[in-house]
Amino acid sequence: MGIKKLSMVSAFSENQLIIEKKCPDDKIVALAGNPNVGKSTLFNNLTGLNQHTGNWPGKTVTNAQGRFLHKGKGFILVDLPGIYSLMANSVEEEVARDFICFGDPDATVIVADATCLERNLNLVLQTLEITNNAILCVNLLDEAKNKKINIDLKELAKQLGIPVVGTCARDGRGLNELMDEVYNLAMKKPSKAGYIIKYDKPIEEAISILEPSIKKVIGDYNSRWVALKLLDGDKTLINSINQFLKKDILEEIEIAEKMQLAREVLINSGIDNNLFRDKVVSRIVMRAEEISRKAVSYENELYNLRDRKIDRIITSKGFGIPIMLVLLGFVFWLTIIGANYPSQLLSDGLFWLEGRLYRLLTAINFPAALKSLLVEGVYRTLAWVISVMLPPMAIFFPLFSLLEDLGYLPRVAFNLDNFFKKACAHGKQALTMCMGFGCNAAGVVGCRIIDSPRERLIAIITNTFVPCNGRFPTLITTIAIFFAGYFSGALRSLVSAFLLTMLIVFSVVMTLLLSRILSKTILKGLPSSFTLELPPYRKPQIGKVITRSIFDRTLFVLGRAVIVAAPAGLIIWLMANITIGDASILSYCARFLDPPARLIGLDGYILTAFILGFPANEIVIPIIIMSYMSQGSLMELENLYQLGELLRNNGWTWLTAVCFVIFSLMHWPCGTTFLTIKKETQSWKWTIISFLVPAITGTLVCFVITTAVRLLRIV
Amino acid sequence: MERNIFPLNYLPLGKKARVRDLISSGSTRRRMLDLGIISNTEVEALQKSPSGDPVAYRIRGAVIALRSEEASQILVEEI
Repeated sequence: MGIKKLSMVSAFSENQLIIEKKCPDDKIVALAGNPNVGKSTLFNNLTGLNQHTGNWPGKTVTNAQGRFLHKGKGFILVDLPGIYSLMANSVEEEVARDFICFGDPDATVIVADATCLERNLNLVLQTLEITNNAILCVNLLDEAKNKKINIDLKELAKQLGIPVVGTCARDGRGLNELMDEVYNLAMKKPSKAGYIIKYDKPIEEAISILEPSIKKVIGDYNSRWVALKLLDGDKTLINSINQFLKKDILEEIEIAEKMQLAREVLINSGIDNNLFRDKVVSRIVMRAEEISRKAVSYENELYNLRDRKIDRIITSKGFGIPIMLVLLGFVFWLTIIGANYPSQLLSDGLFWLEGRLYRLLTAINFPAALKSLLVEGVYRTLAWVISVMLPPMAIFFPLFSLLEDLGYLPRVAFNLDNFFKKACAHGKQALTMCMGFGCNAAGVVGCRIIDSPRERLIAIITNTFVPCNGRFPTLITTIAIFFAGYFSGALRSLVSAFLLTMLIVFSVVMTLLLSRILSKTILKGLPSSFTLELPPYRKPQIGKVITRSIFDRTLFVLGRAVIVAAPAGLIIWLMANITIGDASILSYCARFLDPPARLIGLDGYILTAFILGFPANEIVIPIIIMSYMSQGSLMELENLYQLGELLRNNGWTWLTAVCFVIFSLMHWPCGTTFLTIKKETQSWKWTIISFLVPAITGTLVCFVITTAVRLLRIV
Repeated sequence: MERNIFPLNYLPLGKKARVRDLISSGSTRRRMLDLGIISNTEVEALQKSPSGDPVAYRIRGAVIALRSEEASQILVEEI
């Protein structure tokens, strides 16, 4: 019985993938490959699921599974994280390796980028050392053709000894053939992994000493590879094997003895542990080079010239950062001006519906208190959240996805890495911050692309410093009322966009500052190695970008906001409508919080609104309006002017606005993000720290500003 | 003949070099090996980021950005 054939009952690894079969004889197909090779696009095209894809390394941070039918047979396709190697340098690599090795897939499809085949072959060869049940899918053939790169698929198949299929996943070319090969392979009996790579003589000798004893424990199937890894001393694999076998493989007497012998052979040849790994990796890399030389030919050696020319501009000393700021500003500007009209329309529509709903409930003699609770509490909060959030998200997310698809985002990380290095953080944190602009919870999940734990924690804790889509409307409204209100027409939206961009820059500066403070205090340690791939630029699929970002991101984030907003509406309504003595619970809270709130430039109502806004940040302003108007339900005002008047009449000055904006940038993560942090860090300690760090920072900054301004008497 | 071996971060933009030795250890070394940086690998310095660090290199057909800390641990010989 081989490792692969042992039943997978309990978790052998905390990162184990759980496979849900629809039908007991469904075949399992693992989808492996380097990051950014079109794996997710392939997955979507095969399964029809909308797995989000993106043009940056390490996008598949969670695993997607989907089912497809071919020739009447069901296949479960498991999208593994994009990785460069199976040497288990990161959690993703471990997950992928363990699944290929122990997950019992009936076939493994390795997706490779035709424009960069040699590099991809590294993973292909490593996979083939584990299993022969594999198919190589050479994707992006159209791009290779454009770059005049010719790939001899037959030669590849001959060299690798597995079926090779050329595809172009974006338009679906080659997918049928791929499914045919998957079908054929999955129906076949698995065979023993072959000698895809032959190592130096002492290594081969050591393997031949050790392998027979391993065969006795785990069977024939991939004993050679396990022997190689035991000699390598790969601890993560040994752990996985031990958890899988439920015993310590190195304590098997025979294996221990043979290990000793094999080690002696190696040491006698002067091969220590480090050299062993070097030799193994070098051999694989050299074999990849050899295969690539035989199967790939370039008609034009300068096939990447266009990309280099673009890079020379957008990552240049003079233009790199200005271009980035202008692009960011442009995205915000489009979001702000584009969202106004649909937002108004939606809000009109939803409030019209509210009137109808109210009348309908009145007509059927619905109890008055309950009616008010449902309509003015729950429904109105929902309507507010949707009309405020949906339009900007529906504009922001597609624009963002477009930049992502183009391949621009890794360049942002490249441009900004030096700042992150100074903050002892990782350049990829720039990417997780970008995701945070959409939704902080998404940003926190995205932190998995950072492979060292220390830098990943820094990125998670500081992610809420960048404002998410739920907070943008708050920021934009406040800017428009208090700072851009002196301008009119097109100038006003330009000034708004400029101020917003500056605010973003401020939030980035704070992120870097806090990252540095964290890495000098509770997260001490040396920066880990930094490597970042700059993938080729790709023409984005505009139609797909729009549908995908609306369905995957916009509706997803909105759905989550709605789920938290409904109960929040209920609680807020109750707090505002249940009175004790002469005032509502809400007023009591506000009165209680007023003295501390004044110290940080706010007032009791604003602070209460932030606390009640924990489930969803977008309801902060509605709660403030509601409280000021002493209404029992969330209010919307006709226009910004009225809102401005209301705020000013309630004692808002520019200082209140500044503190309000800063506090909204830095208080605590919203409920969803909070729970996501818990899930990602698996630790209450880090979750609470992630709560406290922005809360304390925001409070301190507001306190300092308020105190300074009041001492200088400039307000 | 004396050979001119120097750390990769001194390679001028647009120039190519061959890897002669990797002096990093542990996880950094593994990461470099994963990128296919072994003895005799050809690398080309392509592009500096706005602040001069990291630098993008062409390594086996891929464009990889390395910080000076990592690049300084790769010894190369210009070709």
